Amino acid sequence: MAAADPIVLRCDGLHRYLGQDEGRVHVLKGVSFEARRGDVNAIVGPSGCGKSTLLYLLGLLDQPDGGQIWIDGQLMSNSDDAIRTAARGAHIGFVFQFHFLMLEFSALDNVMMPMRKLARLTPPQMTERAHQLLNSVGLGDKTHRLGTQLSGGEQQRVAVARALANQPSIILADEPTGNLDVKNSTMVFDLLTRLAKENGQAVILVTHNPEIANRCDRTRPMRDGVFV
Amino acid sequence: MSPNLRIAYRFLTAKKRAMMMSLSCTILGVGLFIVTQATTSGFKGFFIQTIIGTDGAVRVEDKIQDTLRTLPIKTAGGADVRVRQKEGRKYIEGIEEPGLLVLALRDFPNVSGISAVLRGSVIVRSSFKDDTAQIFGIELDNHLKVSQLRNQITVGSLDEFRDTPSGVLIGRELADRLQVSLGESLLIESPGREAQRFRIVGIYLTGVSAIDKIRIYAHLGTTRSLLRKPDGVTFLQLDLYDRERAPADARQIENTLWHSANPWQEREKSWLSAFNALSISSAITVSVFTLIAGLAMFNTLAMIVLEKTKDIAILRSMGYERVDITRIFLWQAGIVLAIGTVLGSLFGAGATYAVSKMPLELTGIFATKHYIVSLSPWHYVEAILTAVITVMIASIIPARRAARLEPGDIVRGTAQ
Repeated sequence: MAAADPIVLRCDGLHRYLGQDEGRVHVLKGVSFEARRGDVNAIVGPSGCGKSTLLYLLGLLDQPDGGQIWIDGQLMSNSDDAIRTAARGAHIGFVFQFHFLMLEFSALDNVMMPMRKLARLTPPQMTERAHQLLNSVGLGDKTHRLGTQLSGGEQQRVAVARALANQPSIILADEPTGNLDVKNSTMVFDLLTRLAKENGQAVILVTHNPEIANRCDRTRPMRDGVFV
Repeated sequence: MSPNLRIAYRFLTAKKRAMMMSLSCTILGVGLFIVTQATTSGFKGFFIQTIIGTDGAVRVEDKIQDTLRTLPIKTAGGADVRVRQKEGRKYIEGIEEPGLLVLALRDFPNVSGISAVLRGSVIVRSSFKDDTAQIFGIELDNHLKVSQLRNQITVGSLDEFRDTPSGVLIGRELADRLQVSLGESLLIESPGREAQRFRIVGIYLTGVSAIDKIRIYAHLGTTRSLLRKPDGVTFLQLDLYDRERAPADARQIENTLWHSANPWQEREKSWLSAFNALSISSAITVSVFTLIAGLAMFNTLAMIVLEKTKDIAILRSMGYERVDITRIFLWQAGIVLAIGTVLGSLFGAGATYAVSKMPLELTGIFATKHYIVSLSPWHYVEAILTAVITVMIASIIPARRAARLEPGDIVRGTAQ
């Protein structure tokens, strides 16, 4: 059964070009990778080596020019936009470097937004789960604050809660602590890894921070579009 | 509330100023559309009421000369095939046997009243002036069934007319030109015949200048004597239960009774066309507001798409589909339209009421002392449809543009 498979995400021979004509760059040069449930994986490397590009491909936000991606045993790389979108909603939670909260909405609304789209739960269940998640990230008393009324660290904690909202099997985080001070960085990373491990979710994070990378289960250094 | 509608509402309220521009133009567009349609159709309706109230819904006049010919074609049963020749149709002036025609017309279920009228050109002499006029010989009770003469009398009484064989009703403009008033005498002379003395027992005002300055109503018998026409009439004036069916009834009358029949729609074609043109041109003029509302909506949504690309990427990363993004933007147009059309309709209704109370002295094609409005739900439907079509078309382009954005490109661009 696919759900019992410890490997939740796998890619093989991924290629990706960015830019056009003379500016076209071969960013990923046949990258293969797999992530297991409950593992925290760090992808490290210098700027421009292709870490974020790989993350967006794994998160089905982008399409590869070559290679294949399987999520929960299902081939996704060549599927159409509707299938990839549905897979993002059901299987993947994102945490971005710049929080990416919807600032006109409260913390509670932000966390409920993916649940409302997936519509697995009833509205009262969604509200209850959102409260639970915000409590677990230490923001139980700020659920009704708008994004603009939260600090950077608080916004990123809301983003972690939102990424976990639909109980995805994969959490993808693009420099989740890159914009935070040391205290908040540690808090967000601890939170992310603790909650992911509790729920058996695979975490793949891109980071420049060696301390964060060292605390992950696996670290994959990257250079010039390939793992080294 | 659906997630898409909730997001649309928040996006829109974040751009209050831009949204207010679109909203206010929608309100103005819808409201002014309703007012202009209410006034143009009000005046048109009043004009129709006036002309039907004076000249009836259908006028049956000259006899059509029989031009049927029998062709030498025989059917199996031996009957001739008869073909009607339309070319060269000829008319015999007037109605020779009005009694028979009236009996036949009573079989038409839509005919509600019939009045036989004998018309002739006359010279009217008062103490001050002579003038030409047309005398209309009528049987009062029959004519009241096919006209609004009762309501058009401004001075005098119809009862006195009924009891006075030499009594006449004259138009307001004619009375002014002859400088005569109620109770005074007039000499009316048919060309080449002896003048007869008549007494003014009523003065009427239809508001139609062409009628009020020329028409004199007298009793049919008296008119026959004046014009020396002992039988026959000039035309039969009909009223109908369903006046919109006048053209169909007129055709049927022509085909079965062989007399020309002129429905009010045909008789007043040029005026009705002018009213229709006025209605369309005013609708086009005020639709400029709706067009501006559409452009403002386009502008607002285009700005939101530019400013919310990051949010669009977040939504797409959460599993929101392209169609959800399209709907979020179309919902924004929908919210503006919902509020704009409701407020616009209320504004239109209020403005229509206010306009109906505005004074306006007008005579010529009808007489009124204030603006005339017509209340119809169709004006609201047309106004709302115009706004919906314009704003939704203007919203489709930014909505589709938003849906086409690739989340990967946005995230990569923002992160750099």
